[in-house]
Amino acid sequence: MHTTTTIKLMEETMLNRRYMRKNILRLVAWGLFFAFLAWSWKGAEMRPFDLIRDAGNMATYAKGFFPPNFAEWRFYLEEMIVTIQIAVWGTVLSVLLSIPCGLLCSSNIASPWIYQPVRRLMDSCRAINEMVFALLFVVAVGLGPFAGVLALFIHTTGTLSKLFSEAVEAIDPRPVEGIRSTGANALQEITFGVIPQVMPLWISYSLYRFEANVRSATVLGMVGGGGIGMVLWELIRSFNYTSTCAVLLVIIVVVSCLDMASGKLRKVFI
Amino acid sequence: MNTYTTAPCSAIEISSLTKTFKTGQRAHKALDKVSLKIFSGQMIGLIGASGSGKSTILRHIAGLTAADCLTNSIIVLGRSVQTNGVVDRGIRATRARVGFIFQQFNLVGQMTVLSNVLAGSLGRIPSWRGTIGWFTQEERAQALEALARVGMEKFAMQRASTLSGGEQQRVAIARTLMQGAEIILADEPIASLDPVSSRNVMEILTLIHLEDRRTVVVSLHQVDYALRYCERIVALKHGEIVYDGSSKDVSVEMLHDIYGDKFIETCVEETPPASTRDIHMPAHAGQSCVLARAGAATY
Repeated sequence: MHTTTTIKLMEETMLNRRYMRKNILRLVAWGLFFAFLAWSWKGAEMRPFDLIRDAGNMATYAKGFFPPNFAEWRFYLEEMIVTIQIAVWGTVLSVLLSIPCGLLCSSNIASPWIYQPVRRLMDSCRAINEMVFALLFVVAVGLGPFAGVLALFIHTTGTLSKLFSEAVEAIDPRPVEGIRSTGANALQEITFGVIPQVMPLWISYSLYRFEANVRSATVLGMVGGGGIGMVLWELIRSFNYTSTCAVLLVIIVVVSCLDMASGKLRKVFI
Repeated sequence: MNTYTTAPCSAIEISSLTKTFKTGQRAHKALDKVSLKIFSGQMIGLIGASGSGKSTILRHIAGLTAADCLTNSIIVLGRSVQTNGVVDRGIRATRARVGFIFQQFNLVGQMTVLSNVLAGSLGRIPSWRGTIGWFTQEERAQALEALARVGMEKFAMQRASTLSGGEQQRVAIARTLMQGAEIILADEPIASLDPVSSRNVMEILTLIHLEDRRTVVVSLHQVDYALRYCERIVALKHGEIVYDGSSKDVSVEMLHDIYGDKFIETCVEETPPASTRDIHMPAHAGQSCVLARAGAATY
């Protein structure tokens, strides 16, 4: 009886200690998080009161955008189509390269001496923004949409390879074993056991990246990557705000329509 | 231990098979120097409690798991599957002749039933054709024929994941038929099925064994099914063979020894087969005793 009471007391003390330790850890974690926010505030030169102080200036500036000038709407639409074409080819090329790269990045498909270097290569493709790649490709292949395509291609390959490999690593290994048991080779195991399992996710990711690439392609033109971005940049620099507004509205409408269509298409595959 | 020899040619020869599974610091010996000879055209039931090594033996025969690096060997249809813990380089050619039926069916749920069955031919058609999934008209007809044998032809274009457990298992059997497998290894094929589906699957396996003279090795938790459908029983306990002989000679005492004290004998009336198909049962079939384990519906 005496022993049981002692054990109970010990258990209660241990539970209390554990509870206290957990609470202290939680407080420390929150403290660190707020310290991190304060540190970033300084670096980012956050001045929210400027928004209130300069509200009048901003209102005057915004007023300059209206009414939008659609006089050149055919030209804007043509450039927007070029932007979509840039996104299409940037995405298609990256999907094609991401299939082998994604498989080679997967730890359940490739050995560490293959997936580790391929993963690092893909990390570097992803780490550098498409705008930077566009600047580099403008020098390499000249101004125009092709530089934009290459910029999107490299950056999206890095992103899609990671997403594709994560999907491959999450597959059910049993169907693959089922295919293996029939005497299939490694490539057939992938085409019959892996690809059918990941295909819906791969399609969904590709469509999502296409949406993102259309948005990215609109700004690539600002650094010489062709498309509507180039027109937008020229209009902003010449203080032609009413036309700028028209271009922005064209971009918003087209991107929204594509997002909705792509979203509906993604639902079909998932 | 009895030595059971009814057929002249050996299909599977296992010698001194040992397998240890290691998880962290712990080591569990799943198989301990198991030697077994299975002859062509036999239907064998592997029985034993959970963790006795039934599935491990089957996986080793198919070369899906490598044995411990000790002196051991597995020869299937005259070809080496693994020697001293190293899986043979030509394992694919052997696997193509050995069909494997898994407890969880292992079908590709996103593919159609027909595509799953066609995958059975991957080991025997040219690699490039298999890789791109190009199957001839004749191969598609064969796949449909295999599906018809298990009564699943009307589901050919349906996604495998939409089928019930029993239906999926029948598709898995059709895959082995498409494979033209000379040996069928079935790893607890009815463990996750209801009684009607279980009987259906066992009847199909028996028919394939009897009509095509295929060697069938089936691991079963349900002792009554093993005794009813298999002519030879191999019983495992703690990774060792404790009985190898005719199913007629399996006694209740023996089962008590294999499964422990909780094993009880219950006599129930023989239930008729679920299928209306005229099934030719082995001579010993229809034993009036169904052995069940206490606490479980049927072991």
